[in-house]
Amino acid sequence: MKVKYFEVIRTTAVILIALVLAFIIISIVSEQPLESIRIFLWEPLNTKGHIGNVIEMAIPLMFTGLAVSLLFKANLFNLGAEGLFYFSGVVAATLAIHLSLNSFVHPIVAILAGSLVGALLSAIPGILKAKWNVNELVSSLMFNNILFGIGLYILNYKLRDAQAFAAVSFKFEKTAMLSKLIPGTRIHTGLIIVLLLIVAAHYFLYKTKWGYELRMTGANREFAGYSGMKTAKVIVIVHLIAGFIAGMGGSVEVLGMYSRFQWSSLPGYGLDGALVAMLAKNNPLSVIGAALFLAYIRIGADQMARFSDVPAEMISIVQAIIILLISAEQFLKFWKNRMLLKEAQRNV
Amino acid sequence: MSSLFNVIFTTEFAFSVLRVTTPILFAALGALISNRAGIINIGLEGIMLVAALSGVVVSAYTGSSWVGLMGAVMAGTLISGILAFFTLHFKTHIILGGVAINMFASGGTVFILYLLSGDKGSSTSLPSKVLPSVDIPLLKDIPVLGPIFSGHNVLTYMSILAVFVVYYMLKRTPLGLRIRSVGENPQAAQSVGVSVVKVQYTALLLSGFFAGLGGAYMSMGYLSLFTRDMTAGRGWIAIAAESMGRSTTVGTTLTSLLFGAADALANALQVLKIPAELIGTLPYVTTVIGLVVYAVSESRKRNRKLKTKVKG
Repeated sequence: MKVKYFEVIRTTAVILIALVLAFIIISIVSEQPLESIRIFLWEPLNTKGHIGNVIEMAIPLMFTGLAVSLLFKANLFNLGAEGLFYFSGVVAATLAIHLSLNSFVHPIVAILAGSLVGALLSAIPGILKAKWNVNELVSSLMFNNILFGIGLYILNYKLRDAQAFAAVSFKFEKTAMLSKLIPGTRIHTGLIIVLLLIVAAHYFLYKTKWGYELRMTGANREFAGYSGMKTAKVIVIVHLIAGFIAGMGGSVEVLGMYSRFQWSSLPGYGLDGALVAMLAKNNPLSVIGAALFLAYIRIGADQMARFSDVPAEMISIVQAIIILLISAEQFLKFWKNRMLLKEAQRNV
Repeated sequence: MSSLFNVIFTTEFAFSVLRVTTPILFAALGALISNRAGIINIGLEGIMLVAALSGVVVSAYTGSSWVGLMGAVMAGTLISGILAFFTLHFKTHIILGGVAINMFASGGTVFILYLLSGDKGSSTSLPSKVLPSVDIPLLKDIPVLGPIFSGHNVLTYMSILAVFVVYYMLKRTPLGLRIRSVGENPQAAQSVGVSVVKVQYTALLLSGFFAGLGGAYMSMGYLSLFTRDMTAGRGWIAIAAESMGRSTTVGTTLTSLLFGAADALANALQVLKIPAELIGTLPYVTTVIGLVVYAVSESRKRNRKLKTKVKG
């Protein structure tokens, strides 16, 4: 057993523990635990439609997971992807309703506008952090609520379709909506966009000078500063990029999955992004797997809520355990030490 | 504008400031204690939420609001204990640990609510109890002061009492001294025989205790039932209040009152024709401004110190 595989083993162990815990909870709660567990594990893969659901849900998780990964990599505990995702969705929806363009340009314009707004809004906590060391965690969380309030105002007063029975916007122009990739599912071109973005982020992070500066600033801001990097600039740039990605995620999600804007509460993908980033160890390529895993257990929980007596919120307990154990440095550390010792003895 | 003044300069408004400050103040005192011990408790929001639900559930099943209050406080302390166990033993990053607690609370409370009441929105079907309001004998007859300070929920008075208790605890007791020394310099505290882990454990448990009181107030005083995500960011505002109040008891109390006033203003302004969505952002905008003002003044102070050092 090699030490370099340790993180993989540890992550797997955490996931297994979380799943076992999920089974225990299900057994306590459910009248027919085995059937419930079967639905939870098997239903997401059972039909083409359900596999489609998993991938559809993984798309926004990949966007926000990637955005949060970059922030975490720079050692910035910023959870603002939540509000940016929502607000950029509002921006994209506004343009999808009010512009008339052809079906190639329309989504591009709407998505880019949403992304740019996301980047600019994300820069505010970034600048506050870089210039005055304002705690980015608290400020970004406050911005989530502020952006939600403003977004909801725009939905209710500017976009709302009075003819509809619920609090939803007017219908998007057909030209603005993203096309579906696979018939029989709702998987849309957003999947291609996010995969390209992930590859680009990987290249940026590990092959460019800026990416190096970002990682160094994250590892030790003071040291990076002493070795001549402008860490304040790095922090602002990370925020701009992460905001751009989160904003693009919100815009893509709105135009890919819906024909009207209908979020009257924060959709939660930003905070889930933090979970994805942690599962992926802030590594862009691993974001894909982490997002798919999270989407898989979510869809499983949804199906279980529908066909058994276990409410879908069960999954939030599983998620909390995953976060606590994944970020626990000491968890299984004794095992790592033993592996290190063995390896050292072998090399002697 | 004159209608704005008509709203603010009333005894009802002043009364409502105290009413909405209560949960913020409790949680902010919790934030204060753990921060002084050198750990930032991000999980306050979730702890309050769990406590709010526990209070409702325990009071509904025992028929007593006081037992419910005890249940809420115990739940708050327990969740805090779990957070402490993970951060102090497993070395989970305290911020991520707090995020986990919040995530757990927002879904977990709905999960438990649904199992107990069959409803995912609120606890209307549970016969939960409410903590009593108290009229203060002589005070209540004094004009102006009476309508402002009398007739509050018993927890509102306890929150004011808690300010003095926390102040005394931090300044005058051996525990307070240990908490402060661990927060300022853990190595030094360790070297004179203070167990850092034990002190941080105690501080986190106390912080959960106070957040639990704040949560209990939400569902058994401020409202008379539990609704999903009912704490609505108050735990975060409390953290901001503590940091804006410069980690002192007096400062934290004053900033909590400021946030309470912003919150009450948001409620009061709804009678004017300003959209509720925008008004609702007011406490959060205040928080950001508060954080920035604090951070700017801190960085100026730092720069001045640096300059004098260079000159000297």
